[in-house]
Amino acid sequence: MTPFVDIAFLILSFFIMATKFKPPDIVEIKTPGSVLSQKLPENNAVMISFDSTNRVFFTVLSEKDPQKYTDIIKEVNDGQSLGLTPSEMANFRNIYMVGVPLAGVKQLLAMDAKAVEKLRQPGIPVEDSANNQLYWWVRAAKNAFAGEKLNYLIKGDANSKYPAFEAVVAALKRNEEYKYNLITTLDGGEAALYEANKAKNK
Amino acid sequence: MASIDTGGDGGQKKGPGVKKAKKLSTRVDMTPMVDLGFLLITFFVFTATMNEPTTLDLNMPKDIKDKKDQTEVKESGVLSVMLGKDDVVYYYEGKLLEDGSNFKSTDFKGVRNIIVNKRKEVMGRYVRDAECEAKMAREGKPASNCADKDFVVIIKPTKDATYKNTVDILDEMTINQVRTYAMVKIFDQEYELIKKTEEFNKAGIK
Repeated sequence: MTPFVDIAFLILSFFIMATKFKPPDIVEIKTPGSVLSQKLPENNAVMISFDSTNRVFFTVLSEKDPQKYTDIIKEVNDGQSLGLTPSEMANFRNIYMVGVPLAGVKQLLAMDAKAVEKLRQPGIPVEDSANNQLYWWVRAAKNAFAGEKLNYLIKGDANSKYPAFEAVVAALKRNEEYKYNLITTLDGGEAALYEANKAKNK
Repeated sequence: MASIDTGGDGGQKKGPGVKKAKKLSTRVDMTPMVDLGFLLITFFVFTATMNEPTTLDLNMPKDIKDKKDQTEVKESGVLSVMLGKDDVVYYYEGKLLEDGSNFKSTDFKGVRNIIVNKRKEVMGRYVRDAECEAKMAREGKPASNCADKDFVVIIKPTKDATYKNTVDILDEMTINQVRTYAMVKIFDQEYELIKKTEEFNKAGIK
């Protein structure tokens, strides 16, 4: 019995240590399934999410280099004259997803990260192509990561409508970025079919 | 059951005259702890492996305004796929006829066969292209890559299509190994045809 219990607790400690809790979901996004099983980059990435009601959010993923958060918000602040204070800019890192129009950024960053989780953000305005504000966020990120590899992750809800996706792509295209990663969940049955097809055509 | 052997009540041989000290049992019942341990293991096993996100690469073309810089494709090898409301897929081969007679509809299950058949048809028409085969040989790719070089799928999602539809059709491209595909804006004429078809179908159900 004793060795058995020892092993059980060893496994338990392993799982506890190996588990990484994902950041809190401010919005619920159900990603569609796909056949490809590539791993998701966690650093040097910008994530653009849109939920089932077509609200668009912007997230910077750069745990390794926190300076990037400051660079990005500073650039947006300077370019759009938002008038943010240094403490508000420092708060940008704590707020996982930004989903407000540029005019509301100051108010959002003045809030506590815990309070933001409960807040229903209206989403970044994108659908009007003349006022696609996501463009400015992407541009700031592009400049902050200049000279480094930057991945563009697009995380969309399966039930969101195509125009939201089109508007996100339009914002990226205006920044002359043409390569994206769409975040999906692995679809086991279809994936097996894909592997079989690939083997057959070799 | 589960317990730690502390050796507490092991019968130690004592010499004569040595008074046996009264010993309290130090055995601890570990059953509840082990129960809890396994409960936690189960919890972590289930939460650790579920719902792993993966990514799908997407390359979009540059917007080219100049007509002479645009890529020309052979009309016979083109399959246009439009994504409509409620997971309906509309498609036509080659050019859309004036009367719209080659404009058909299917669903996401049926679209795979259409893609596969069209690809076969295009590959069947292939006449050996020495230049292309030489190029493939230089790049270390199989010559069979040339056979479907004229096969192009054009994806046109309408504003009624969901994001899932878009990912599904991109997935279909991966599954069926369509090498050349493009996502473009739908033409007004096509959108009108879809609208008309939808109205017609609605009236038909009544």
